[in-house]
Amino acid sequence: MANSPLEIKPEEAPTTLSNGQAYWKANKRTIFTILSIWAFASLGMSILFVPFLSDVFLPGFQIPLGFWFAHQGAIVIFVVLIFAYAWIMDRIDRRHDVQE
Amino acid sequence: MMSVELWTWILVGVSFAVYIYIGYYNRVRDTKGFYVAGQGVPAVANGAATAADWMSGASFISMAGLISFMGYDGTVYLLGWTGGYVLLATLLAPYLRKFNKYTVPDFVGDRYYSQTARIVAAICAIFVSFTYVAGQMRGVGVVFSRFLEINVTWGVIIGMVIVAFFSVLGGMKGITYTQVAQFCVLIMAYLIPAFALSFALTGIFVPQFALNFTDIVPRLDLIQQDLGLSMYSTGTRPMIDVFCITLALMAGTAGLPHVIVRFYTVKSVRAARYSAGFALLFIALLYTTAPALAVFAKLNLIETLNGAQTTSITAGSSLDWAYKWQQTGLLTLDDKNGDGVLTMAGAAAANEIMIDRDIIVLSTPEVAGLSGFVIALVAAGGLAAALSTASGLLLVISSSIAHDVYYRWWNPEATEEKRLRVGRLTILVAIIFAGYLGINPPGFVGEVVAFAFGLACASFFPVIFMGIFDKRANDKGAIAGMVVGITFTAVMILLMRSPQLLGTQAPIINDVFGISAQGIGVIGMILNFIVSFVVSRATDAPPDYIQDMVEGVRIPMGSTSAAAAHD
Repeated sequence: MANSPLEIKPEEAPTTLSNGQAYWKANKRTIFTILSIWAFASLGMSILFVPFLSDVFLPGFQIPLGFWFAHQGAIVIFVVLIFAYAWIMDRIDRRHDVQE
Repeated sequence: MMSVELWTWILVGVSFAVYIYIGYYNRVRDTKGFYVAGQGVPAVANGAATAADWMSGASFISMAGLISFMGYDGTVYLLGWTGGYVLLATLLAPYLRKFNKYTVPDFVGDRYYSQTARIVAAICAIFVSFTYVAGQMRGVGVVFSRFLEINVTWGVIIGMVIVAFFSVLGGMKGITYTQVAQFCVLIMAYLIPAFALSFALTGIFVPQFALNFTDIVPRLDLIQQDLGLSMYSTGTRPMIDVFCITLALMAGTAGLPHVIVRFYTVKSVRAARYSAGFALLFIALLYTTAPALAVFAKLNLIETLNGAQTTSITAGSSLDWAYKWQQTGLLTLDDKNGDGVLTMAGAAAANEIMIDRDIIVLSTPEVAGLSGFVIALVAAGGLAAALSTASGLLLVISSSIAHDVYYRWWNPEATEEKRLRVGRLTILVAIIFAGYLGINPPGFVGEVVAFAFGLACASFFPVIFMGIFDKRANDKGAIAGMVVGITFTAVMILLMRSPQLLGTQAPIINDVFGISAQGIGVIGMILNFIVSFVVSRATDAPPDYIQDMVEGVRIPMGSTSAAAAHD
């Protein structure tokens, strides 16, 4: 192994964070973004905001936007979110050189 | 023209032969193969296995029907049973894979350096899995009895023998590859009739497109209003309840041991992330089709049956299927006012058409006018769904007893051969016990959604999450949190479901601030988080080697050797 996960690499991490800590911070930031979209699509658009979305229709759609999110859209968004997370983490793993 | 029954025997027989062959081909010789399939399962295969593991007999047979009667409120199941995979993929699966052990109680026991925590987790895993598996065995029996006219008891016994064969011989490895095959069977069996029905009713093949872009939902809304029912596209449950049930099912999904262990079987942390994506993609094939099927089937049932002459429903007529389903007791037509015309109504006293929810999926092929082959395929699909879920759960029960309780606690000196023998033996005993529960289902089996998901949500999800994301969380905090979360949730479910569970006349309490039994796990989870945070901060920090282990599981590279040295 070229780098141990806890080794400080000054050229990449100018702060006092070790590479491992910087990696974990980047991961947590990614998770926060992913889960914010997750909560907005499922708990928000599909449940909490539904009363305001019963008269809103996307062009071409015959079902109200809130109902669409609840019975179709949110599920599709979940799938996209997991693949997006896996893809982003591939890049972060490589940037911090912690891939297996 | 072959009869439906013959087709069913052929398809069920062929699919069972395939499962047995796969189980035999993947037989294992060591505990690593038995518990985690040797950690060599590719991401896509694990995704398919997870999807089959996840989609139970009830998802396959009852869910579309459930949604068709709940309308918008069906959201709780549609999102509750899919959204948890995002939590799993980001918050739990990759780190548990890196932790590199066999079971969920392994993580809880090691991370919190406590045998008490290990045993609490093992007992919880066993209880949750038994509640769940009894329903699966029952489902196998019901499919056999409905399609092949074998009584439920013999159906359950046939199911037990099949599961016993590939799980005792192949452990997790046999189960995994059998589940891949079972996924293929169940998804074909679900999609083919759904596509056909969609085309027959709307002229559009893809059910999801038909749901979004044709007027079937507005039409159903209008009809339901005319009949004095509530609109399909709006709900009747309080928003707080919908919110809590959805969240409890999501966090519960992420915390269910039989789902989590699937991610121990892949090659790497990276594969764990991607395989969560594939799992949800495969699950979404069924979960986005179900709401469309729910609308088609309900609209079609109402439009054909409401206003029909009672004399028109006879064998051999165009409503032959209604006649046949009436014989099974799943469809009850009762001309209460004696006017010779069947009328559907919102009020139970005036309603003359009673439809069992299971009919929605089971009758689709006949309603769409498909051949006996497709009807038989639905039977094989229902069996695949129930058997795959049962086998995943049985493995969790076996590993909790043979690995966590026996090896990690009772007899750490046990040799590899002895451990494997105990593993095979416990899975066999678990199958027999689960079969017994399937034949004589106790009251708690009917409350599987509340119990299994509520307890997983209030115990495993918070305790694993804190174990990874809060380095300061210690043994005392985790145990206190789990005990409070589990006790609160279990007591509340007992009180709210007392007629079913304790035999009281009315529920002892109706709800907690508008939250019903299925959603109460969310409150249990919040209590668990608070208690475990506060107690951890008030007591000693975990030892250094544990903190190093937590650092280790957060990073894909390297090993968690710091913890291994203290085993």
